[in-house]
Amino acid sequence: MSDPMRSAILRHTETVGRTSISAIEMIGHWGALLGESVYWLFAGAKMKQPVRISAIFQQMMEIGIFAIPIVALLSATIGMMLAIQGIHTLSIFGAESQVVFGISLSVVREFSALITGILVAGRSGSALAARLSTMQINQEIDALRVMGIHPVRFLVVPSLIAMIVMLPALTFLSDIVALYAAGLWVSFDLGISQAAYWSQTIDALSIGDLWHGIGKAAIFAVLITLIGVVNGASVTGGAEGVGRVTTRAVVQAISAIVITDMIFAFLATR
Amino acid sequence: MSSDEAGNLAIRVRDLVTHYGERQILKGIDFDVRPAEIMVIMGGSGSGKSTLMRHLLALEAATSGSVEVLGEDIGRLGTRARAELSKKIGVAFQSGALFSSLSVGENIQLPLAEHTKLNAATKAIMTRMKLEVVDLAGFEDLMPSELSGGMIKRAALARAIIMDPKILFCDEPSAGLDPVVAASLDDLILRLRDAMQMSIVVVTHELESAFKIADRITILDQGHILAVGTVDEIKNSDNERIQNILHRRTEEEILDADEYLRRLTGITVEGSPAL
Repeated sequence: MSDPMRSAILRHTETVGRTSISAIEMIGHWGALLGESVYWLFAGAKMKQPVRISAIFQQMMEIGIFAIPIVALLSATIGMMLAIQGIHTLSIFGAESQVVFGISLSVVREFSALITGILVAGRSGSALAARLSTMQINQEIDALRVMGIHPVRFLVVPSLIAMIVMLPALTFLSDIVALYAAGLWVSFDLGISQAAYWSQTIDALSIGDLWHGIGKAAIFAVLITLIGVVNGASVTGGAEGVGRVTTRAVVQAISAIVITDMIFAFLATR
Repeated sequence: MSSDEAGNLAIRVRDLVTHYGERQILKGIDFDVRPAEIMVIMGGSGSGKSTLMRHLLALEAATSGSVEVLGEDIGRLGTRARAELSKKIGVAFQSGALFSSLSVGENIQLPLAEHTKLNAATKAIMTRMKLEVVDLAGFEDLMPSELSGGMIKRAALARAIIMDPKILFCDEPSAGLDPVVAASLDDLILRLRDAMQMSIVVVTHELESAFKIADRITILDQGHILAVGTVDEIKNSDNERIQNILHRRTEEEILDADEYLRRLTGITVEGSPAL
């Protein structure tokens, strides 16, 4: 083997090794941060540093309430798109009457959690990374530390709790809106009544299907928060660094959501 | 120094060594701050003064050595003890480090909200009092983005003294300010020391400011302490490096032309060995 080829192979192997170590290190950071958050949530009051309820509510407004319009709009669009595509595809086999079954399971088990997760990752995960990285650069995190205020307790735990509560709640809202929008198209296209549509929908779904979607949303919530915080805290290099970690947080969060969703689907169908 | 004097020191640093990666930043620092003293830390860029400040604030872990603040070895404190100690120190960061999502009043009240059970009215009164001390009365409802550079530094000072600390740290208090505002901040620091009898540690580049406020000056150079003394002792020092720092002589001015060329290029002149 020639020397240039050998050095190229070594260089690529080294790159793969370094990337792998970085990935493992990052997952380690996520785990440590989650552990620290749980510790401060339960032990904070004992340490005379309780997690402020007002901060949690403020985050719930930001993450959940203010996201309702865009979640509703996209959920309605996805519901209607599924109905249009489902009827078109099933009509090839003359099975369009089965479209309600497909829509119900797709929306409740997959699409609502996925679309809401991606939306919240883009909206709140990026905001979290940008806020923390800006605070890091402006020495605000140092200021918290020297004031005896633990940054994880003060900044991370309220966001984590708010995300864990609001993302499943938004997913449930997305279920209702998407099914309703799909129902409007199905009624219009196939001429069945709303009552018949909802009756078929409820028959097609079980509580387990609902929990499948809601449970995934809770996991997505943890992932979005941890990725946002770890990226925000790792900022270097001023305003340019803030942009870089914000973009990285969104890309990583969306990737993590999609991969987790696939793993969840695989495990749930075994 | 007797053990009684050592026990009474506000800050006592012994043989502090620290590294960033492979690079040694502080190379065995011994440093004391006495009660009610204004200690100014000076030095060129990269001399280690900001790193020393971060160690005094327990924001960095040392490679070796000890840092005692108000008699507590901060390297060995647990979370709760560190939170207790933090009530006795205040810090005004170079950038102000005001929380942009909180108003000026909320920023100043934050330590009170976190560490005391005072009611809202008492907190508001205390906030107004501290704002009056720093000449910012009536600005509590503004957001940090609505303040000028000098006002941000004053608001940061108000937050730093809200708990009536025993030690106040100021990182470059007059950096980036016009001479008039910078002089007024110097006066404010002197007033705070006289009124509250606190020890104050100031990191600064500004010679005029340092000579005006310092009881003693510590000069850092390449991770070592070059000198510690009163303003007169430092001004009258016959140490060449101290005089170079005080007179702001650049390396180009200090070195002879051949040596300067050799450092820049590695080219040896007149047969002297290259670096």
